[in-house]
Amino acid sequence: MEERVLEWDYEIEGKDFRNAGKVSSKVKEIMKELGFDPDFVRGVAIASYEAEMNVVCHAEKGTLHFAILPETLRIVVQDKGPGIPDIDLAMQEGYSTAPLEIREMGFGAGMGLPNMKKNTDELDISSTVGEGTVVEMLIRTPPSKERSE
Amino acid sequence: MQLWEIKGILEAELLWEPVDLQLEIETAEAADLMSDVLSQSIGGELLLTGLINSQVIRTAEMVDIKAITFIHGKRPDAKTIALAQQKGILLLTTNLFLFEACARLAMRGLTGSSGTIW
Repeated sequence: MEERVLEWDYEIEGKDFRNAGKVSSKVKEIMKELGFDPDFVRGVAIASYEAEMNVVCHAEKGTLHFAILPETLRIVVQDKGPGIPDIDLAMQEGYSTAPLEIREMGFGAGMGLPNMKKNTDELDISSTVGEGTVVEMLIRTPPSKERSE
Repeated sequence: MQLWEIKGILEAELLWEPVDLQLEIETAEAADLMSDVLSQSIGGELLLTGLINSQVIRTAEMVDIKAITFIHGKRPDAKTIALAQQKGILLLTTNLFLFEACARLAMRGLTGSSGTIW
């Protein structure tokens, strides 16, 4: 089978709660159209959505890069924002710096990063305080029998 | 359980139509914290919640929730309802409070999600 890479790039606006989730919705639609297993799609959509919501909630703006590689999915979310001073602390379940307005929307419970980790095979976070954060997620695709291309 | 049964048990109103009243709903979950909904490996097909912002619809979309019931007579705004309609997520509103709505459905046999980690 010919190996190919499919890639998409999207922009995410900080504080644009009305459109928050739109990018992950597109990621999910692409995966559904390509025939990935629904349980697998849900896990990827959750990881993507959590990362997207982090940009909307905390950053000025950001981008989401989605690539379908031969055996892996790659999602890179990069933002211009306050950065994360202590990544280990941010990875702890329940730790959150989200303001009240975000908590009122049902987010900011300190589950975002742990939830991304749970739904991905590799999660790499690098951050510079005052500049921004890069989150890279790799998810191994299920065996091809579960795809109907 | 089919949607028409849930609608009847909760004395609920549909927020957009037409919908398939014979839609099968096998499991339900209740949460006001969307983070909790997203952190469940296997969620319910019906979400009962007191939140009415558009993130409820987006969250439901990500985890394949088929229908949402807003409790305490709450109604999202028109844009949020339109988003749900566009995504095919059914919306109901009931005057019941969360506990009573959950209890009624549970007593009639609707179960929660298993919580199994996949």
